[in-house]
Amino acid sequence: MATSSVSKGCFVFKPNFKKRKISVPIEEYFNEGKNESEDSKLRFETYQVIWQQMKSETEKMQEELNKNLFDSLIKFLQKSHSGFQKNSRDWGCQIKLREIPTAALILGVNVTDHEFTFRSLTEAIQNNVTPYVVKLQARDCPDIKHFLQKLFSQLMDCHVDVESKEEEKDIQKKTHCSMDSLSSWYMNVTQKTDQGKPRKKRTSSQWQSPPVVLILKDMESFTTKVLQDFIIISSQHLHEFPLILIFGIATSPVIIHRLLPHAVSSLLCIEIFQSLSCKEHLTTVIDKLLLTTQFPFNLSEKVLQILTSIFLYYDFSIQNFIKGLQLSLLEHFYSQPLSVLCCNLPEAKRRINFLSDNQCENIRRLPSFRRYVEKQATEKQVALLTNERFLKEETQSLLESLHVYHTNYFLVLRCLHQFTSSLPKYPLGRQIRELYCTCLEKNIWDSEEYASALQLLRMLAKDELMTILQKCFSVLNSSSEKQLGSTAKRIEELLAQLQSLDEVKEEEDASGSQSKGLQKTDLYHLQKSLLEMKELRRTGKKQTKFEVLREKVVNFIDSLVREYLLPPETQPLYEAVYFTAAHTLHEHLNAAPRLALHTALNNPYYYLKNEVLKSEEGCIPNVAPDICIAYKLHLECSRLINLVDWSEAFATVVTAAEKTDANSVTSEERNDIIHARFIRAVSELELLGFVKPTKRKTDHVARLTWGGC
Amino acid sequence: MMNKLELNEDKVLEVRFVGDDDVLNHILDREGGAKFKKERPQLLVNTKKIIKKPEYDLKEDGIEVLKDKNYVEVLGRDVQESLKNGSATVGGNKVYSFQNRKHPEKMAKLASELAKTPRKNVSYSLKNDPEIMTDIPQCSKGHSPSDEVQLKNNDKSEFISTTRVLRKRLIAPRNHSDSESEYSASNSEDDEEVAQEFEEDTNKAILSPKTQAQNRVVSAPVYKATPSKKMKRDKTSDLVEEYFEAHSSSKVLTSDRTLQKLKKAKLDQQTLRNLLSKVSPSFSAELKQLNQQYEQLFHKWMLQLHLGFNIVLYGLGSKRDLLERFRATMLQDSIHIVINGFFPGISVKSILNSITEEVLDHMGTFRNILDQLDWIINKFKEDSSLELFLLIHNLDSQMLRGDKSQQIIAQLSSLRNIYLIASIDHLNAPLMWDHVKQSLYNWLWYETTTYSPYTEETSYENSLLVKQSGSLPLSSLTHVSRSLTPNARGIFRLLIKYQLDNQDNPSYLGLSFQDFYQQCREAFLVNSDLTLRAQLTEFRDHKLIRTKKGTDGVEYLFIPIDNGTLSEFLEKEEEES
Repeated sequence: MATSSVSKGCFVFKPNFKKRKISVPIEEYFNEGKNESEDSKLRFETYQVIWQQMKSETEKMQEELNKNLFDSLIKFLQKSHSGFQKNSRDWGCQIKLREIPTAALILGVNVTDHEFTFRSLTEAIQNNVTPYVVKLQARDCPDIKHFLQKLFSQLMDCHVDVESKEEEKDIQKKTHCSMDSLSSWYMNVTQKTDQGKPRKKRTSSQWQSPPVVLILKDMESFTTKVLQDFIIISSQHLHEFPLILIFGIATSPVIIHRLLPHAVSSLLCIEIFQSLSCKEHLTTVIDKLLLTTQFPFNLSEKVLQILTSIFLYYDFSIQNFIKGLQLSLLEHFYSQPLSVLCCNLPEAKRRINFLSDNQCENIRRLPSFRRYVEKQATEKQVALLTNERFLKEETQSLLESLHVYHTNYFLVLRCLHQFTSSLPKYPLGRQIRELYCTCLEKNIWDSEEYASALQLLRMLAKDELMTILQKCFSVLNSSSEKQLGSTAKRIEELLAQLQSLDEVKEEEDASGSQSKGLQKTDLYHLQKSLLEMKELRRTGKKQTKFEVLREKVVNFIDSLVREYLLPPETQPLYEAVYFTAAHTLHEHLNAAPRLALHTALNNPYYYLKNEVLKSEEGCIPNVAPDICIAYKLHLECSRLINLVDWSEAFATVVTAAEKTDANSVTSEERNDIIHARFIRAVSELELLGFVKPTKRKTDHVARLTWGGC
Repeated sequence: MMNKLELNEDKVLEVRFVGDDDVLNHILDREGGAKFKKERPQLLVNTKKIIKKPEYDLKEDGIEVLKDKNYVEVLGRDVQESLKNGSATVGGNKVYSFQNRKHPEKMAKLASELAKTPRKNVSYSLKNDPEIMTDIPQCSKGHSPSDEVQLKNNDKSEFISTTRVLRKRLIAPRNHSDSESEYSASNSEDDEEVAQEFEEDTNKAILSPKTQAQNRVVSAPVYKATPSKKMKRDKTSDLVEEYFEAHSSSKVLTSDRTLQKLKKAKLDQQTLRNLLSKVSPSFSAELKQLNQQYEQLFHKWMLQLHLGFNIVLYGLGSKRDLLERFRATMLQDSIHIVINGFFPGISVKSILNSITEEVLDHMGTFRNILDQLDWIINKFKEDSSLELFLLIHNLDSQMLRGDKSQQIIAQLSSLRNIYLIASIDHLNAPLMWDHVKQSLYNWLWYETTTYSPYTEETSYENSLLVKQSGSLPLSSLTHVSRSLTPNARGIFRLLIKYQLDNQDNPSYLGLSFQDFYQQCREAFLVNSDLTLRAQLTEFRDHKLIRTKKGTDGVEYLFIPIDNGTLSEFLEKEEEES
């Protein structure tokens, strides 16, 4: 069946039912298309397992991060609603009763992540406060009528009574939605539950009339009229319809006052809640997913940098970050046959035994493995390259040492971060991810920043040094594996020495100050002796005990770094667990369609590898595709382009290119063809958005771009 | 003696006397520290080079500030690794750089240049390479061979300007590779050149004082050794001024030639196709190779679609054939909908309708689109075995690019069991999507530059040069005029003639009713303005005339048909009578 028609634009294709049943499982797509792929099924399964783990881990983490916020929100909801219950005659309460309790939830600009927050918030409220939670979005409520309708229908859905559902549906259709009908519905429902389930219900939920919580997801995009009307109306009905509002705000709380005039906002009793900033969120995500040996999968420096840059430059969206992570995971397992070893250690060891000959060959081809082989003795080299069994055993031990490497790496990285994160000006970055990036990229101790950081460390005061060391100690102790046990012990020793230094020093201080304490001086003498002391200093510098010890600590951390923070490229078999193809990630996540167009039009040789098209930058050969020539010519014009001139220029270029076979067709026909080609090129440029027809002058088109593209 | 406050171990403030030496020690200690500090700034300066905004570091965000430079470097390195992606080869400043004011006849010049010396340019650039590297703006010596070639081909006057153009072209690439200061320097020179050309060639005083002033502004900092902040500002303000200058003058210098004077003028769709079918496509081998590369991705696409991503294709050339092949090879056994975005009658409504009616076999109707969307979403959520592929050609077409349409399609595509693969062509297509939509779409971008002609896509388009329904108004004109009384025909002819007489008058609004009446009376066509009005009503019903209120409140009459058709109609009429 054709898919072009002058009468319709949608074509539905429905294969008959039997055929559809045998649909291809997804794994098929994973291995097809590539012939030499190995263990693809296993790889795909591993991918899915790891991805599921990562996903659940992030979800768990997000819940934890939101927990504080939700707790305080729920407390607020409970507190603000208790006023309805007391029914007190207190004057203050009466005043308060007229105000709608409102929580302004400031969530930040990463709007795409809010959905998840709201979903878990709804769950939390439904579990703890009230079954009646309604979420509304601005695009569903263009006016107050739709607003109320949506509110009504969602409230109906909240109410879980199955028998009465049908009945309510009818009500919804029949009644015109208004605040009155809403409050009468509410009365009905609350009374019904009271009668229906007498004692049990009352004990389980705190109140006989649970409040209705209305969440406006994107407060900024609501029309002000709708919001104002709704607030005014509902404040009138507050005594019979206990409403609590939650505003989702992406910008700042000022927006409430900008959207609502004083008369309206005075009907609200607003409390502001701030969600965790997305940067902290990112830090936790990286901490939990990447800086851990829990997941065998790792990112190379470039990949990590691209992902964080997309996050920081474009959207602040954790979801997108995770998406990038998912894509790199998928790409890794799809493109790297040895990724089958990218799983937890015992499993990987088991899998090595079942590796095929081809896979063994793949291992031998890994650059990192080749480097490793070259360092071995000759017999061992031969054995590694010829004996499969030996290779497998060696691979097992290599994987094990890779695992150890990672364990140590992350611990030392955290220690180093403890040291550098408090330095002035943060020469190695404030966040651990920056430090991680630098360490992944190269030998960190070769960088100037590292040198300056060490220099700064040499000037730390004692108490600072001690707190840092204590933190490092706890970091090292936190890991279950005891690879760095001796290091922890060494830090403990250093700590103890520092501690003992205190006592010694105090004694010295006391004696020193007493002996010279009471000499008199004037400004002149002071200056003079200062100069003398300076001379003395220059010649022979005497270090205090503390300074010696500080030097020791710094040297110690330096040696740790040099020993453990080697870049991953130095480790054999690192290719199996590191995803390095940063460009694919960038291509697929952060594409630049405009640049692609520009390249295609200006430099067709880039795509069509034909020698004829080779040209210097800025010029284009006259045999290039028509659209390139037309484009190049149009670049020479200013805002308006005369079509006649354009077509003549085009014809000049094209006829020059065709000179060789000019005699075959008559010139008349040739001209027509060239004109047709010109027409096609122009209409294609129009489709691409470079020109558009204009009425300002006959037979002219307007250029729509300014500059080179 | 000095008093000194000291914080003791047990955190109690204590005042006591301190000896001279202690003070000295204390101060010297500080000094030693200060010495250190003196050394440190140098080091920190070095780090600052990497961290682009040093002032910002002091603030809360610290190094959170992005290391743009590193980022760019990373991307730059990637380019060398990936040979496939065209988008990364050029820096942004090239694409988004501001243009210079263009000379009206430059296009012809470029054309002749391209036609005459297509291959030689390459050799020049090679010869001039060292000169380009040393960055001397006036590399006229290096150009002498090219000048000679040009001399042979052209007369003197053309030679001057062509070499200038050529020189500019040779300078141009350097602009982009060099640092900003040099960039603005040569830029200003280009300006001057353009200005000179204006003076020489057109002999009109187009050069406004503004340009001169602006040239001065730009050329001043050229001689400064180091690029400073001030310079940067100059540069940007210069670019901005250039932009507004080019857009402020309402006068456009283009030639007044029209297509009508050329005989070939407009072709209709059919002849266009016939003509184009005679053209043998060039580079077919290379194009085939490109396409084969893309076809290898089909399996990957299917995989990624199933894993919750959606795929969008971009790049020059029609992607329709590619998607058709994808459909033919991968989608034969699954339900799918092909949507031609370029079809002028397409709408979201029709897409939703084909889903509800043909895929889900639902016969009922919906109150509005949102209801329909809700229904579809529920249906797909309930039945997870249901799978649907959507292939949209030109997601960025006129009809679908609206905010609402995109929102709805995005919501559809975010469903787990609806897989969307779409293509975009328009230069600014990505602007359609904000963050919310983008996250709903969950795109993976694939560059598929095919260079294939947009035959199908442009066939519906009311294109500039294609006579879409050009024969229609003429035939309808004659048809209507045959049914008219001779008097009415006369009246209409009068109006046509008047309009044709005034076709070169840009301020022509139409014929005012009073004048028209006068003329009709003189020609004995009407006897009262009532009869004229009655006649006009008939024309209006046939959409042959339209009225417009002028600024003085007078009604003006005109015929909303282009002048070519009108004159053709007149010719025919005269032949007949």
